[in-house]
Amino acid sequence: MSEQKLLRRPIAAAKQLNEMMRDYFYRMDRISKGEEKGQVAWCTSTGPAELLQAFGFVVHYPENHGAILGTRRVAQDYIPLANSIGYSPDICSYLTSDVGAYLKGETPLSQAYPGIERLPRPSVLAYNTQQCRDVREWFEFYGREFGVPVVGINPPRGMEEVTSAHIGDVVQQIKDLIPTLEEVSGQKFDIDRFREAMRLSRECSELWGYVLGLSKAQPSPWTFFDGCIHMGPAVCLRGGQEPVDYYELLKQELGQRVEDGIGAVENERFRIYWEGMPIWGKLRALSEQFSELDSCVLVSTYCNSWIFSAFDESRPFESMAQAYTEIFINLSEPAKEAYIEKLAADYKIDGIIFHDAKTCPNNSNSRYGMPQRLEEKLGIPTLTIDADLNDLRMYSEETTRTNIEAFVEQLEESR
Amino acid sequence: MDEESKLNGRYYGGVDCGTTTTKAVIIDSSGTILGSDVRRSGANLLESAEEALAEALEQAGLERKDLSLIVATGFGRRSVSFAQETKTEISCHSRGCYHYYRDALTIIDIGGQDNKVVKLDASGRKTSFKMNRKCAAGTGAFLEEMAYKLNIPVSELEGLARKSTAGTELGSFCTVFTATEVLDRIRGGERVEDIVRGLFISVAKRILEMEMLSGRVVMSGGVVAHNPIVAEIVSERAGVEVEIAPHPQEMGAFGAALFAVESRSTEEIREDTLSVSRR
Repeated sequence: MSEQKLLRRPIAAAKQLNEMMRDYFYRMDRISKGEEKGQVAWCTSTGPAELLQAFGFVVHYPENHGAILGTRRVAQDYIPLANSIGYSPDICSYLTSDVGAYLKGETPLSQAYPGIERLPRPSVLAYNTQQCRDVREWFEFYGREFGVPVVGINPPRGMEEVTSAHIGDVVQQIKDLIPTLEEVSGQKFDIDRFREAMRLSRECSELWGYVLGLSKAQPSPWTFFDGCIHMGPAVCLRGGQEPVDYYELLKQELGQRVEDGIGAVENERFRIYWEGMPIWGKLRALSEQFSELDSCVLVSTYCNSWIFSAFDESRPFESMAQAYTEIFINLSEPAKEAYIEKLAADYKIDGIIFHDAKTCPNNSNSRYGMPQRLEEKLGIPTLTIDADLNDLRMYSEETTRTNIEAFVEQLEESR
Repeated sequence: MDEESKLNGRYYGGVDCGTTTTKAVIIDSSGTILGSDVRRSGANLLESAEEALAEALEQAGLERKDLSLIVATGFGRRSVSFAQETKTEISCHSRGCYHYYRDALTIIDIGGQDNKVVKLDASGRKTSFKMNRKCAAGTGAFLEEMAYKLNIPVSELEGLARKSTAGTELGSFCTVFTATEVLDRIRGGERVEDIVRGLFISVAKRILEMEMLSGRVVMSGGVVAHNPIVAEIVSERAGVEVEIAPHPQEMGAFGAALFAVESRSTEEIREDTLSVSRR
């Protein structure tokens, strides 16, 4: 019914991205197999990664593995296994799919990277519960399985803003991790290594923030769906040099698009904000549907959550405490609302889509009346999609498609 | 139909390919319905759409080639390959209802497997819309399932509910659990009439939890077409007046046909016709 249009504008830097991620997974595999010296630590996605790196650990992120299970659309094959050992289908589907895959002795990494048979064995696991309690339960499971220490930070939650009292508490918790990490790694804590990891992480974070900010251009040079893929280095490799180099490259490519007025969506008519988790198994389908509808989903709380503006190597403990405690998911409802309000204005947004993820209440912000309040404040419509980050059994294809189409029809009417 | 009208291409088709039934409506450019049809969607959506349109055209005394444009809507809209354009059922029910009321409206559409509540401002623009979440409890499919479990034809539900003296309040959200609850209550001696009214109360409650009803409230869709008692219960429960739209079941198809009249493609056809006649 419509003429053929470009549904996805490929990003050339993706080649380097793929190579970098491949090298990262193979390196952990070699260490795990004893073919390369080193140790692997498992860390939550916004856990104290830089501290682990200061001890020489290469860091594996189970949430990243969860997202891979989701993207490959196999999560729902593994979730029932975790359910059968007592992990409810209502809790985090990253946790249940990852644990299920572990129980079955499988990982999608095997298909992507021949020779990798299982995830790298951890020497220690470190969490930060500023996101949710699920990450801790998840890590405790693996701590029992592997018989290795599980350490973590349990910061205050739901603040209006992070105060010096909060910082003091979290700094102490970070410092309390050191004795265990020294013991496991066999290395004394070296503050200069910690500072160096923090410096590189800050650089990564600044560049990541910069490339995300390019979406303020009209048309936007890339989409939220692209961002979900290209955030890999900011999540998994921050604290090293590789992501800094990578985002420099991406910055040039996307900057050129902005200069040339080239949009990710061929005919960008509507600019949309995505609030909440990605639906990993539907990134491509959704990206294409929005393109067909001349709509660009170009800003999200999710991708922005890996911008840690507070990082400062001259105050490594305090700034780490600040940055990881003040992330969006850990804020109060009014603070979250103000955050979205600001981004919606900065990016000239026409409408907001809230993803109510069945198994992720902590990152589903439509549940306490926020969409209605924002509609009133911003004078733009919102849509809530009921789905899940990983469990596609919670996803109704036709209902979601129709909702999105009707939403764009609504935006059209308000023009 | 006079030949001049036909040549000017003033007839339009709307096809609403729903999960349960397929509806077709033929209108002229003023929105007058010339023919319509409702039939089961079955497994072959395109075939049902073809048949529904053929029947509506026959009633109108027209042929397919007489239609300037066909717009498809509903769950199966993308299967209607002969339609030139598609629109969601959310927009089509809204457009159809607005045609009759020209007012700020809350439109409630209860369909075979989904419920919608759409709010329009006085100029007919959507200000918000809600669809039922993943579960189809409280839709037409729920009533069909319950009728089956109670061994009562669906067409008799309305009559039975009207004989009720005390509506039963059913507790479950889930269609399957509701069936168990219903059977349990029958065993407990409750009257079928009261239970059937309870089913309609259940449908109304699902609507009321979706959105606050405000302004002028209009209902459309197959469920209210065959069971107007639902509108009465929604009205009682919400404390607002609830009107049933004209031809509620065909409202989606009618709205689709109105979109055909307003379509840019139609505009282009008109332009072409004008430029031909100017030559």
